[in-house]
Amino acid sequence: MGNFDFSVVVRSWPFLLEGLRLSAVLTLVAMAGGLVLGLMLALARLSRYRTLATLATLYVNGFRAVPLVLVIFWFYFLVPLVLGQSVGALPSALIAFTLFEAAYYSEIIRAGLQAVPRGQWQAAAAAGLRPAQTLRFVVLPQALRHMLPLLLTQAVVLFQDTSLVYVISLRDFMTSAGIVANRDNRLVEVYMFAALVYFILCVSASTAAHFLDKRWRRT
Amino acid sequence: MSALADGAAVTSHSGPLPMDNAPMVEARGLCKAYGAVPILKGCDLTIRRGEVAVVCGPSGSGKSTLIKCMNGLEGFQQGSLRVDGIELADRKADLVALRARVGMVFQHFELYPHLTVLQNLCLAPMRVLKRRRDEAEERARALLTRVGLPAKSSAYPAQLSGGQQQRVAIARALAMDPALMLFDEPTSALDPEMIGEVLGVMQELAQDGMTMVVVTHEMGFARRAASHMVFMDDGRVVEDVSTTEFFAAPRSDRARDFLSRLLSH
Repeated sequence: MGNFDFSVVVRSWPFLLEGLRLSAVLTLVAMAGGLVLGLMLALARLSRYRTLATLATLYVNGFRAVPLVLVIFWFYFLVPLVLGQSVGALPSALIAFTLFEAAYYSEIIRAGLQAVPRGQWQAAAAAGLRPAQTLRFVVLPQALRHMLPLLLTQAVVLFQDTSLVYVISLRDFMTSAGIVANRDNRLVEVYMFAALVYFILCVSASTAAHFLDKRWRRT
Repeated sequence: MSALADGAAVTSHSGPLPMDNAPMVEARGLCKAYGAVPILKGCDLTIRRGEVAVVCGPSGSGKSTLIKCMNGLEGFQQGSLRVDGIELADRKADLVALRARVGMVFQHFELYPHLTVLQNLCLAPMRVLKRRRDEAEERARALLTRVGLPAKSSAYPAQLSGGQQQRVAIARALAMDPALMLFDEPTSALDPEMIGEVLGVMQELAQDGMTMVVVTHEMGFARRAASHMVFMDDGRVVEDVSTTEFFAAPRSDRARDFLSRLLSH
């Protein structure tokens, strides 16, 4: 028990940080892209145009039926085929994550939009606001309050899922930790540290969600 | 097809008319169905500038649907409906321009819960009429004073009583300087003690010469403020007469029944 050596974390910090950075970039890009694409998918699914709604439903159900690791793998080989040239592992991972997350975000956003009463759309329309203005100034701000806890939870899941990029030889935080652990034979220490990092991130995200929720509820 | 053809509609207008004689609202043979269920079965109606029309009738008679057709919130399949010079049967009708001139007050207020009272009043004037913020806020504050809520500009809707929320909703509609105001059962979601404050604001508005269409069961308000009464039943305008006439002697049996039931409790 006495021979835990956590200095391995300090010694390998730059290497671990690089992995952490990759995980962060993947998470942030997939979140931003996934939110935009997810919003478009959600609107498409709620739209009056049947074909559009069906296409969006197919997309969402398709991506949700497939494990993420397969999507990552698939895009790694698919993107070069489509573009005719290799783009590297990172861009293909970014695309895969964004498209995959969009499917999940769209479901959260759709539920959030549907939670805003129809009367709000009517009131805004009756005042002369165009649909896009209604969405931006009236519906989305309200929907966001319903969605935020779920969006943050999804972001945490997404951060954890970045570990899957090892299948295309990218080094995310978890993969880096694994490499260090095996190299220095300090598995317990390094994996405990990794768990701590995940734990802190998860707790901060849920605290933020809770805090925002409480602040909004007061008004 | 039209109510007139049935011989069921009785129309007569009285009272002074303002200089501009073009009707604000003119419906002819308006028909609407949800799928196979007909809601409006040929409505004819004329409302001139400065008039206050109270629309009443049993529930399910199509009152709310009719009023929601007037700003295009509901579409219709047959007939014509001209509001402030815009023909709503025309698919290319500029609904945004029409709605900017037609205010609407809803049964459940529908204030924007994430915005303060002042922001509620300024949103459409700034985004639709492109007014400057200071201009919009000045107008908003004046309107809040007019509806008796000058101190509530920074409150959120949830912090207000139902009556206060509905008065804010009226102010919000007035902030667009509308030519016509539509009220869809504005007091039916309110506790009894709050109905008076809302009707008071509406009555003042009527006295100031606003053209109004009000769907309501408040017959006291109708008596005091309406220039004519529109009685609807089963998707048709059964009666459209002056207020005095309506209360003195409704011409149709259905209106007489409705009135006696409404006034008996």
